[in-house]
Amino acid sequence: MAGGIKKFVVGCFDDEAVLFPAVKNVRRAGYKIHDVYTPFPVHGLDHALGLRETSLHTAGFIYGITGTATALTCISWIFTKDWPLNIGGKPHFALPAWIPITFELTVLFAAVGMVLTFCYLCQLSPFVKKHHFHLRATDDLFVMVIECTDKTNEVEVQDFLNKAGATEINVQNAETGWWLGRYDREQKLYSELEKGY
Amino acid sequence: MNQSFELPGSYKKWTMGLLIVGAITLLYGFIMYHPFEHAGHEGNIEGTRFWAVLLQNCVYWLMIVNAAMFFIGVTTLAMGGWQVALRRVPEAISSVVPVLGVIAFLILMAIVWGGHDDIYHWVNKDVVANDKILKGKSGFLNPVFFSIFSAITIFLWSFLGYKMRSLSLESDKNGPMDYETGKRWINKNILWAALFIVFFGLSVGSTIPWLWLMSIDAHWYSTMFSWYTFASTFVAGLSLIALFIVYLKNNGQLEYVTEEHVHDIGKFMFAFSIFWAYLWFSQYMLIWYANIPEETGYFKIRVQGPYRGIFFLNLVLNFACPLLILMKKSSKRNYTLLTFMAVLIIFGHWIDFWQMVMPGTMYEHAEMMPFEFGIALLFIGIIMWRVGVYLTSNALTAKNHPFLKESMIHHT
Repeated sequence: MAGGIKKFVVGCFDDEAVLFPAVKNVRRAGYKIHDVYTPFPVHGLDHALGLRETSLHTAGFIYGITGTATALTCISWIFTKDWPLNIGGKPHFALPAWIPITFELTVLFAAVGMVLTFCYLCQLSPFVKKHHFHLRATDDLFVMVIECTDKTNEVEVQDFLNKAGATEINVQNAETGWWLGRYDREQKLYSELEKGY
Repeated sequence: MNQSFELPGSYKKWTMGLLIVGAITLLYGFIMYHPFEHAGHEGNIEGTRFWAVLLQNCVYWLMIVNAAMFFIGVTTLAMGGWQVALRRVPEAISSVVPVLGVIAFLILMAIVWGGHDDIYHWVNKDVVANDKILKGKSGFLNPVFFSIFSAITIFLWSFLGYKMRSLSLESDKNGPMDYETGKRWINKNILWAALFIVFFGLSVGSTIPWLWLMSIDAHWYSTMFSWYTFASTFVAGLSLIALFIVYLKNNGQLEYVTEEHVHDIGKFMFAFSIFWAYLWFSQYMLIWYANIPEETGYFKIRVQGPYRGIFFLNLVLNFACPLLILMKKSSKRNYTLLTFMAVLIIFGHWIDFWQMVMPGTMYEHAEMMPFEFGIALLFIGIIMWRVGVYLTSNALTAKNHPFLKESMIHHT
């Protein structure tokens, strides 16, 4: 949702080796790259795009610590206060026996928490729809999307992308955020909106 | 490409200093502790101290330098390319194996045949004759088998390591390899690496820690022990590799090694510290849980006896510190912090070996005094000397290795 509809110039590249210098040149020319969609993770592209390092691992650490704390407090409360049992003559506070559970809860919290955080950051979820700038980005095309402002001259940007080696270039008005619903309805919405531009 | 690396004067000075300090310590121990005097069981505790300290240090440092060749072996078998730029460093470290191997063999032979039964109780025939458990193990735990297997092991570590090193050095003499030559050369590397790894598994992965260390507490056994020892020495060996890489980088060498490679070595140190802790815990918890007297005897003296402090210090140094400090990406890429952690890990696992050897030999009399550290310095001096010789007499980059480019563009 929250994104709002914006205008984009979309350039498609069929080769990684062309894409990298293009990204560099587009950034140097001062255009704002909304994102680059690739069929597979491209090594070093995040660096070329100047993206900041993800904080996902910090979140993972916090989730892990939460899991450790949950396990230790929960087990120690159960076995020493709530329901002390004599198991094989071991002390009630039997730390070594709890380590495997603690480890497992740490991993579980970290893993589940990181997956959910990742989905949140990427705005992924069942039933959530996002605009596809080019369907072949999931197959064999590297799709670079440049965001336009009021002052951007689209023709100039298209020209620039053409020179940078893009094989297919077009201009799209697209929702930047996510929405709940179906693609066919949204497509209709866009065709209506585009008349307005 | 910088072909000839001149050791800085400070390196030579430190090596000489450590060797001299170590030699003086050894001489002091030899004169003061009467290592060859026999006064019956527990009668000559100082002599026992002398041999126990030598045993701990020779086994520990030998297994560390041998772990460097294990590192080369596994990365070769995994067709790894990233490590090629820094490959000469573990090679140099593994070149110490023959020297330390001979020293360790002499020490082990002196302990087994010297008539001093306070280190290995099973060398005394009278003790074995009156001991049902030792009698049952005597097919394996006897001086002849011990000597032969130790000799074979040290020879094969040295020989197979030498083959791997000479293959690597051979590639320097000819120019760049074409596809066919490169393929043949890689296959040859794989063959010798595989032989080394198989024998490494048979020795470090099982029998050698049983013979050299676990047989100190000959009544006790643990199926985790060899893996535990392996993890201990491998992580310390990786730390040693990291130390030399950082040292060479700070001296302007190893131009293709970037912080990406250092980061990966840091990851290995981090991962294997956790692997070590996993094995430590697996060994401890099963024995704690089952609580069978014949098994708990090993931990009784360590957890509830005089070794309690060392026992938990071991866990803090080798698990808690690497886990918390090496977790961050930036700390694995920071030379100063990585050096600090490498030193900490090497020291931590030295402590680990100390608490493997001492309780079964010295009981409550064990000490960690200048003598213990002095002997450790002697071995560090020997390692520095041999590694220095290898680094100065060979090129620091295996420039014709077919995977060098892969290593140069390595990116984590």
